[in-house]
Amino acid sequence: MVEFALPKNSKITKGRHYPAPSGATDIKTFKIYRYDPDTGENPRLDTYDVDMSDCGPMVLDALIKIKNEIDTTLTFRRSCREGICGSCSMNIGGRNTLACTCATDDVAGAEVAVYPLPHMEVVKDLVVDLTHFWAQYEGIQPWLKADSAAPQKERRQSIEDREELDGLYECVLCACCSTACPSYWWNGDKYLGPAALLQAYRWIADSRDEATGDRLDDLEDPFRLYRCHTIMNCTNVCPKGLNPAKAIGEIKKLMVERTL
Amino acid sequence: MSLATPISRVRGLGSAHAGVSHFKQMRLTAVASIFLSLWFVFSAVGLSGADYTTVAAWLGSTVNATLMILFVLINVWHAALGIQTIIEDYVDQVVVKTASLIALAIVAYGLAAVCSVAILKVALSG
Repeated sequence: MVEFALPKNSKITKGRHYPAPSGATDIKTFKIYRYDPDTGENPRLDTYDVDMSDCGPMVLDALIKIKNEIDTTLTFRRSCREGICGSCSMNIGGRNTLACTCATDDVAGAEVAVYPLPHMEVVKDLVVDLTHFWAQYEGIQPWLKADSAAPQKERRQSIEDREELDGLYECVLCACCSTACPSYWWNGDKYLGPAALLQAYRWIADSRDEATGDRLDDLEDPFRLYRCHTIMNCTNVCPKGLNPAKAIGEIKKLMVERTL
Repeated sequence: MSLATPISRVRGLGSAHAGVSHFKQMRLTAVASIFLSLWFVFSAVGLSGADYTTVAAWLGSTVNATLMILFVLINVWHAALGIQTIIEDYVDQVVVKTASLIALAIVAYGLAAVCSVAILKVALSG
């Protein structure tokens, strides 16, 4: 359901300020959303002045520096630090992206604002609850389904058929797209969102899969699929440069095609 | 509080197996509306300053009356589909949503009927 104002206990208050060490010359200010459910306090926005002469170029480098050297209570997910695992997805400078592939200098404005992914329940600081997101991914049954007897070796695929999966298989499920989508904000309980739908199309488009009709049957729903209004935020923010909106469009085309 | 598993929540009541028809109607009425709206604008410009008798005579033509009725029906249809989408997007409570959709249907059908009758009335008098 659409909500136009934050609940009372979600209103952000002014947080603490952590100044840069004396003598630092190349200072960048990070404003970071902080929330600890154990304290019962409202979220706050802490300010960290980071000495960039002693820090890597990416926002994740700065977050790790803050956690290691300034404030060990800062909580965020991270793993591969090279855009493969999708763990460090967050909202940086008003845009969902991966902290590890987002250069601090590329963030517009004097300060770098870092928030958790929008419209998701916050577990702590920059960590959001992705339980439902993962269940939606599980719901589209992201595995090869085939009734034919398993071949002795691999299930073969032509070069052309394999190329159909380009732009789909690269998704790292960081949730940047889904959590940037207003339709997912309002109806995320039923709307599958761009990430799950891109993955659904990844299996629909796979020439080795034999359950295309069943997959389309499962998606044929006013909410699961048709809440997508081609807003394109998903494509705009995808840190891997993928096009979930196009994948959803392809699913809609197939839905029409099978009625003609 | 529900202790249903996450996958149970996602599966919910299952697929409604609907939505394609709405999707197709939305696009077909949009395309039809482009042509009908262009015809309407050009016709209205051509008739600007004309008196009632002239307009009634113009609407008395079978082609003009038919296109005018189609213009109204297609646009009301398209608007109703769009408003239905907005209601489904933003109204979450089942009772309010159902009542809104019923009200929308009544208004849309009513508007289409009233406009069609009005057009026919003028057309047949011309």
